[in-house]
Amino acid sequence: MSNRAPADPAASADNRQKLLEATMRRYQYRPDALIEVLHKAQELYGHLSLQLLASIARRLHLPPSRVYGVATFYHFFSLAPQGEHTCTVCLGTACYVKGAMEILTALEAETGLKAGHTSPDGRFSLLTARCLGACGIAPAVVLDGVVIGHADVEMLRARLHALLEETPVAS
Amino acid sequence: MDLAELHATAERERARRKAIRVLCCTSSGCQASRSLELFHQLEAAVTATGQDEAVEVASVGCMGFCGQGPMVRVEPANLLFERVHPEQAAEIIAALAGQPCSVERGDPNHPFFARQVHVVRRNGGFIDPERIEEYIAAGGYQALYRVLHDCSPAEVIQEVTRSGLRGRGGAGYPTGLKWATVAKSPGERKFVVCNGDEGDPGAFMDRSILESDPHLVLEGMAIAAYAVGAHEGYIFVRGEYPLAIQRLNRAINQARKLGLLGSQIFETAFDFKVEIRVGAGAFVCGEETALIASIEGRRGQPRPRPPYPAEKGLWGFPTLINNVETFANIVPIIEQGADWYAAIGTAKSKGTKVFALTGKVRNTGLIEVPMGMTLREIVEDLGGGTPDGTPVKAVQTGGPSGGCIPARLFDTPVDYESLAAAGSIMGSGGMVVMDAHTSMVEIARFYMAFCMDESCGKCVPCRVGTVQMHHLLSKVAAGAATPADLEQLEQLCGLVRETSLCGLGQSAPNPVLSTLRYFREEYEALLRADAGASAHGEP
Repeated sequence: MSNRAPADPAASADNRQKLLEATMRRYQYRPDALIEVLHKAQELYGHLSLQLLASIARRLHLPPSRVYGVATFYHFFSLAPQGEHTCTVCLGTACYVKGAMEILTALEAETGLKAGHTSPDGRFSLLTARCLGACGIAPAVVLDGVVIGHADVEMLRARLHALLEETPVAS
Repeated sequence: MDLAELHATAERERARRKAIRVLCCTSSGCQASRSLELFHQLEAAVTATGQDEAVEVASVGCMGFCGQGPMVRVEPANLLFERVHPEQAAEIIAALAGQPCSVERGDPNHPFFARQVHVVRRNGGFIDPERIEEYIAAGGYQALYRVLHDCSPAEVIQEVTRSGLRGRGGAGYPTGLKWATVAKSPGERKFVVCNGDEGDPGAFMDRSILESDPHLVLEGMAIAAYAVGAHEGYIFVRGEYPLAIQRLNRAINQARKLGLLGSQIFETAFDFKVEIRVGAGAFVCGEETALIASIEGRRGQPRPRPPYPAEKGLWGFPTLINNVETFANIVPIIEQGADWYAAIGTAKSKGTKVFALTGKVRNTGLIEVPMGMTLREIVEDLGGGTPDGTPVKAVQTGGPSGGCIPARLFDTPVDYESLAAAGSIMGSGGMVVMDAHTSMVEIARFYMAFCMDESCGKCVPCRVGTVQMHHLLSKVAAGAATPADLEQLEQLCGLVRETSLCGLGQSAPNPVLSTLRYFREEYEALLRADAGASAHGEP
C-alpha cells in the first residue's frame, strides 16, 4: 500500500499516466480492481475519455466492452468533461422536503442550463445528487466541492455570480 | 501488542490529556458549517490566552445535533455551544476563564439528548476518530483481545445470537444466525464484508459512525471474522462520503501498525486484513449480491438468491455481509454481555437503533434510541415537532423501500414487526418528517423517480414497471388521471413487488402503496374532475 508516487496530481499528462500506472500496479493489475482504477483515473483526468478507458482495458487485460459497461453503469463516472466550476444540488428526501426542487429550478433559470448539463463554454456544470448524507443541514448544495448547508436561492445566486465573476454562464 | 501494552497505551493517552478539553465536531455536517476553521480558531485562542497548559482543543466526531452545528462541547464541565461561528472561538475560550459569553448555549439535558441511549454512538463526539490512542483509551480493542484469547468462535456466535441483534441494514435478519451459516459453510477462503453503501436518501447514520468511530466498526469486523473463520475483509463505502473513506483509511493504517489488524493479531494465530472499496454511485449496490459484483469490479447487478452469499459470495466463497451499524453493535455486546444487550428494546427487536431525524422537524440530527420507542416520542419529544408549529402529517421511514406512516398511528412502537405491520419498514434508519404542506402524491412520485433511475435494468418488472408507475404518478400529479389509472397503478404495484429479482424492485412500490393506504384522498382529489371519485376506501 505504500507504493504511492510522490507527485502533484495537477502536473503534466505524463505524470498523470504514471500515477494511474502506479495505482494499477498497487492492485497488481487485477481485473477486480477496475472500479478503484476508474476512480483514480477520473480523479486525475476529470473524466473518462474512450481512449483512457481503452488503455485501462489493455492494462487490466479486460475486454473494452467490460470496462465501458462498468464505467457507464455507475453514476460517479463521467465520460464527458465537466465544467470548470460545478454546482451540485442534493435531491435527497430531506433536501426535497425542504425545497431543493425550488432551488434547482431557480438555478436552472439563472444559468439557462438543465440539470446534468455543462455550459457550452465549459465553465460551469449544474448537477444533482441523490443524497449527500448531509440531511441534518438540508437543503444542501455543493459548490466546487464545498458543501453549503441550509442553502437558499438568494445566497446561492450571489455565490454563483461571485464565482463566475458576473459573466453570463450560458451563451 | 499484548494486553499490557494495550493498557499502557490507554494509560499514556489518559495521562496526556489536559484538564479541560474543548471538543469541536469536525464531521461532514459541521464541516459544511465551517467547523474546521472554527477548530483552528479555537486552538489559536487557547494559545493566545496562554491556556495551553490546562486546555486542549480536540477534533471529534458527530455529536448528533447536526441541524444546530457546528457543535462545541467543553469537558468536564459539560458545556454545549451550538451554531458556533469561527469568529466566536475567542469568546468561548475566554468563557473558560469565567468571562461572560454570548454564544448560543445548548442544553445537555434537552430531551433530544436525554432520551437517547448510546450503545453504537457512545464515542461519537467524545473521541478524535483520527487517533487510535483515543479509541484505546475508551476501552477499544479489549473486546477483540478477550475474544481471541478466551472464546472459541462458536462461543462468540452464541453470544451474538443470544443478544438478539438483528441486521441494521433494514431487513432485520438475525445476525447470529447469519454468522452461524457462514461459519459452517465450507470454503478454503471466507470473507467478511461491511456494507457501507448507505444509499437511502435521508439517511446518514453509517456515514456518521464511520466518520466518528471507525475503529468500532473495524474491531466488530475483526471479531466477526474470527467467529466465522475469515481472514480477509472489505469495507464498501459510498464514494459520496470522502471524509468517512479518509478516516477509515487512517484507522486501518493505525490499527495495522499496532498489530491490531493484519497478521497474528494480539500474538495469536488469527490474521485479518481489511481493504476499502469505494462505491461509484449505484443505489442497487446496497443489495448484497450487487454489492459483491461491485467489489469484484463488475456492474453492480444482483443475481437470484439462493445461493446466499453466506454460502457463495465473493468469488464464490462464503461471505458474511453485515451493515456498518450491525458491526458497530458487536463490541458493546462482547464487552457488556448478551444479557445486557437483550434487556434493551422489545421482545423481538433488541438493542438500540440509530435514526437520522430530518425533514420538517425542529431538532434535526442523529438519534440513538432503544427499540420500541414510539414514533410520537421520537417526533415530538426528541424532534420537538415542526419548526413553525404546522401539524406533522406523516413520517417516512426506510427510504425508497419504506413507506409513510400517518400521524394518527404515531403510537406505533419503532421495531421491525410494528413498522412492517404499518406498511413501512425499519430500513437503515432514515426518518423524514413531513408536515401538512407536503404532498404525499409528490413524495410517492419522488421515490418512484429515484427507483426508476436506480433500477439496474436486469429484470423486466423493475426496469419497465418503475417507469410505468412513475408515468402514472406523474399523470395523477398533473391532474390528468382517471380512476382506471389509479387502479392500474395499484395492480402494477402488486406485480412489481411480486416478480422483481431483488429488493430494489420488490420494495419500490412501498411508498406508493403506503401513501395510497393512508392518504388515498390526496390521490383522489387530484383525479380528473370529469372522471368522478373512486369508490375505494382504505384497504
